[in-house]
Amino acid sequence: MVANFGGKSAIVGIGATEFSKNSGRSELQLACEAVVAALKDCGLKPDDVDGMVSFTMDSTDEIEIARTVGLGELNFYACTPHGGGAATGLLHQAAMAVSTGAAEAVVCYRSLNGRSGQRYSDGVSGDLITSDLIHWGWHMPYGLLTPASWVAMFTQRYNHLTGCGKDNMFEVARQTRDMAVNNPAAFFYEKPLDREQYDKAKTIVAPLDLFDCCQESDGAAACIVTTPERAKDLKQEGALILGVGQAAGVDQEVMTSFYRDELAAIPSMDIAAQQVYAQTGLCADDIDAGVIYDAFTSIVFWQLESWGFCKPGEAKDFVMNDNLSLKGRLPCNTHGGQLSEAYIHGMNGVNEGVRLVRGTSTNQPEKDVNNVLVTSGVGVPTGGMILGKMK
Amino acid sequence: MMNPEEKKAFEKQIHAYIGKEFGPALVGQDDVNQAMVRQWCEVMGDANPAYTDTEWAATSSRGGTIAPPSMLHIWVMQGYPMAFIKPDDPPVDRQRELHQIFDKYGYKGVVATNCTTEFFTEAKPGDSIQSHSTFDTISDEKATGIGTGYFIETVTNFTNQDGEKLGRMVFRVLKFIPTAQPAAAEESSGGAMSKDPTRLAPALGHDNKWWWDAVNNDDKVLIQRCKSCETLRHPPRPMCHKCQSLEWDSIESTMDGTVNSFCVICYPEIPGYSYPLVGAVIELAEGTRLVSNVVDVDPDDMVIGMKVKGTVEQVDEVTKLPQFRPVKS
Ligand SMILES: [Zn+2]
Repeated sequence: MVANFGGKSAIVGIGATEFSKNSGRSELQLACEAVVAALKDCGLKPDDVDGMVSFTMDSTDEIEIARTVGLGELNFYACTPHGGGAATGLLHQAAMAVSTGAAEAVVCYRSLNGRSGQRYSDGVSGDLITSDLIHWGWHMPYGLLTPASWVAMFTQRYNHLTGCGKDNMFEVARQTRDMAVNNPAAFFYEKPLDREQYDKAKTIVAPLDLFDCCQESDGAAACIVTTPERAKDLKQEGALILGVGQAAGVDQEVMTSFYRDELAAIPSMDIAAQQVYAQTGLCADDIDAGVIYDAFTSIVFWQLESWGFCKPGEAKDFVMNDNLSLKGRLPCNTHGGQLSEAYIHGMNGVNEGVRLVRGTSTNQPEKDVNNVLVTSGVGVPTGGMILGKMK
Repeated sequence: MMNPEEKKAFEKQIHAYIGKEFGPALVGQDDVNQAMVRQWCEVMGDANPAYTDTEWAATSSRGGTIAPPSMLHIWVMQGYPMAFIKPDDPPVDRQRELHQIFDKYGYKGVVATNCTTEFFTEAKPGDSIQSHSTFDTISDEKATGIGTGYFIETVTNFTNQDGEKLGRMVFRVLKFIPTAQPAAAEESSGGAMSKDPTRLAPALGHDNKWWWDAVNNDDKVLIQRCKSCETLRHPPRPMCHKCQSLEWDSIESTMDGTVNSFCVICYPEIPGYSYPLVGAVIELAEGTRLVSNVVDVDPDDMVIGMKVKGTVEQVDEVTKLPQFRPVKS
């Protein structure tokens, strides 16, 4: 088949820094200068940009540039591998994003101190100072070294603002575990969790205790995407991707967005929800089941609010009364989630979403499952997707 | 610290070594021999009969024992007297000479960072091994976690008595100004770091080094300020997110703050930190936030909204950090 996005996008602005043997500044700064130059060239403003594409080899994350330049919310970001082989690959990504409406203005960039910094002629070594490394330097010396420590910081403030606490967090852990109890593939198969065990487990980073945290697992998960036409000829009933979106909020960091007005919030997931609901024309009432990213119990609360299953601050009440269980309002993480099945960075959850649509989950709800919400990890640039039955 | 002129002269002096030989080729004091091979294999726990079992080796495709390839550089080592060379002794070769130049300018630390060896031909008992070393590259100045310095890469070619190439070793060391711990990083200690584990140090680059320098050298916590619109920002970054200006200066924080959120870190216990450890997001009076620790507090007494006051402190042998304490009301 022939790609259908030819002629549906255009390059409108270009920018660059001077080229030298010793720039005297960071790759982050060079990238920002080039981006601003390209914006000036075409007359767009920083917050008009909603997509970014670069090389996997670039040392500067797109969100570092976004928060440094003051770009807007991002709906699309991607990196292309293989060094110089990526070059037109960036335009390929951008053209697809723009022609499909995934983004409206996509910046493609590459920044390197290829002579004064990491030289290709040096071969491979470990002394690359990346923007990412500098970012962790603001947190590591103080002992904030693990995902639990970063998420605990958000959780503490969320609990403070909403009155959420261990009773509510236990409910997420328990209802998720009950799913794993029926799933032979789950680590916690046939091992239910009671309140006594939950309370007795050691503290990891208060307010997160052991069973508020997902496992560390080995494993892999994959899925195949094709056109609805081809899907019809294949062995299994397909799960239609009704809508999918990426989202990075303003002033987004990786796991440590502690510097925005209210840190106990995940604007990136709010944006993802708005995008995906707009794409699909669906709303929370239409969602029959959920695979909500659960690296920690507390991050489930924010997502329930982002996707409109309850009002902001009310997720703590929503999870009571078995609302995440099979007969509840939103049967959730029916595989046992990352808390109780396995932590495969959410890809095991994507597969469970497909099983729910097919009707083959080990914890298949009795009701008709037409629309399943699947979310990505939070605290980082994130995304969400709604899967549904083939039309 | 050198001024730019001095630095230029210094770099000219060290870069002149690139391409030069250490000196005449070194010839192994002993020919390759079964006794030294056996001792090496015992220490390394290598039971390969090709190295030590003469009877078995006689039936092998080599027709006799061979020396373990990774012993190659050992044959030309100068042995035990090396340990008694003092820092100021006249240099035995150009490598020592170059290191002494670095030492003179404060780059007293040395640490081996990489070593790659290629092997071409096997050495066997009776061979006389020679080595021939040259300076291949000297990097520009780099900031690293252990200090600022230069990477020196040397190439050593090994040959036998017939001039046959046996191997080639690329060896890379960092000669550096130790950041805070000159004693432990001295060359004589073999580049060993501190005895007690210390906190993880931030990587330093263009965009943050000035901030950590103020902490380490002046006990100050600075807040970056846009010169054009005066917006304050932290963590530092090179461009103003409000007006895209690249011009900035900084103000000194009063370190008066309020706890915006916190966590009590218990597990896992990482060497260099003591637990339970309170991590906190501090809202500074200036309006920017700083992640830090709250110390001298019972974790159970921590509350969001607590007033705190910070200072820059030595938290372990090598680390200085801003730390906060509750303000008694
Ligand atoms: Zn400004």
